[in-house]
Amino acid sequence: MIKFDHVSKRYPGGHDALKNLSFQIAEGEMVFLTGHSGAGKSTLLKLIAAIERPNSGSVVVKGQNIKSIKNGALPYLRRNLGLIFQDHKLLFDRSAFNNVMLPLQICGFDHRESNKRVRAALDKVGLLNREKTNPIALSGGEQQRLCIARAIVNRPSILLADEPTGNLDTEYSNEIMNIFKSFHQVGVTLVISTHDESVLQKFPARALALKLGALQA
Amino acid sequence: MKNASIQHLHVIRFTLQRLLNTPIASLLNILVIGIALSLPVGGYVLLKNIQGVSEQMTGTPQISAFLAIGSSQDEITQIRKSLKEHGAIDHIEFVPRDLALKQLQRSTGLADVVGGLRHNPLPDAFIIYPVKMTAQKLELLRDDLKSWPNFERVQLDSAWVHKLEAILKFSRLAVLILAAMLSFALVAITFNTIRLQILTQRDEIEVSKLIGATNGFIRRPFLYFGLMQGLLGGATAWLIIAISLLLLNYSLSGLTQLYASTFSIQHLSLGDSVTLLAFSAYLGWLGAWFSVSQHLWQIEPK
Repeated sequence: MIKFDHVSKRYPGGHDALKNLSFQIAEGEMVFLTGHSGAGKSTLLKLIAAIERPNSGSVVVKGQNIKSIKNGALPYLRRNLGLIFQDHKLLFDRSAFNNVMLPLQICGFDHRESNKRVRAALDKVGLLNREKTNPIALSGGEQQRLCIARAIVNRPSILLADEPTGNLDTEYSNEIMNIFKSFHQVGVTLVISTHDESVLQKFPARALALKLGALQA
Repeated sequence: MKNASIQHLHVIRFTLQRLLNTPIASLLNILVIGIALSLPVGGYVLLKNIQGVSEQMTGTPQISAFLAIGSSQDEITQIRKSLKEHGAIDHIEFVPRDLALKQLQRSTGLADVVGGLRHNPLPDAFIIYPVKMTAQKLELLRDDLKSWPNFERVQLDSAWVHKLEAILKFSRLAVLILAAMLSFALVAITFNTIRLQILTQRDEIEVSKLIGATNGFIRRPFLYFGLMQGLLGGATAWLIIAISLLLLNYSLSGLTQLYASTFSIQHLSLGDSVTLLAFSAYLGWLGAWFSVSQHLWQIEPK
């Protein structure tokens, strides 16, 4: 599903974010990315989502090489991905409901089908009763859950989450991890970056440990 | 296909909403565009009307040659023969003085005055229709006719028309230049409006790109916005001209009544109106397109 082959990423200015990375993630697998901040976790996720492109080596996602993918094909690759951002990237000019609606509008779903899907996604993350609220009025944990609802409403086959439990207390963080677990159970491929060791102990799964841009054994 | 049209409808509704969300700003923009467009279009309307009048008055140029009062029937026959043989003359029309008097009575409503005349002051006249020729040659022909012994006065009726046409030609060019410059202004106004919109919607554009929006999808609402703003600006220009003509014609009616005429300035024809709306919508779209292609690529997700 996701294949890294001798991948290096250097940012303009000479900072080596990733050094010679090789690994594979199978379909339906749940994988943690661990490491301190600055270890390259975010860069790795950005390579999978084609937000950044590798300097050398190849990144292949769902059979498409990120290094050579055409700009015109990018949107269609991204529709297969659910992205969950550390800073949520929610839009504060519209309701929670309409935030989750956005991916469906982009794909051109008809009205009735979209409404059904948005409600289902909000229900899944426990925010159905807050659908009319502006996300700015939601708590940090609720905003994170809304971001998850937006990522899954499109039923993507791969979910990428960057520090989803970053600054949440244990209770919220367990809630969110349970949501991810349920997606794993229905066959979604998950890549979750975290610096929180306790999460790993509670939810055992394969972990890729990064240190200064290199993979540790 | 159905999906695509639903999406377009959705975008149009969304665009209208966006216009209504900032009513003052939208209104001012549309007014500026309307006023800018109404200047050249108003000029065009006036020129078109003047041109209509001048065409009405001169199907073809004609020369009126008035005989000396008291010319004999023989002389008239002789002149008619010479005129018919003249190579530069297509055909002629003879207006006897009695007929001219009757026409005068009928056409100007001066029946009382004319009826009060003791004898007919009008001369016999020939109306001469020359073959097609340039203005200078017409003048030469007039001078030639002037030298004939029996003609007391020879008038080239189209002289002023040529002057008018020269002025019209000049004015048309002026209107065209004005139109070109103000079209640029319209494109620039839209360019700037859309640039501001793109900046304020930076977040939305970035997120949309991240979750799989094509460039077309992101561009569409901005293009529609430009199109609609241009269209409404064009409609405003039409209305401005309509109201101005209403006022002008109202005050003109007093004047034309004095001259026993029913002349009034006509608004754009249906075809011209549609062209105006289509052109202003196109210019709005063009401004939006320039703006979007200039600014959208700068917003890439990080």
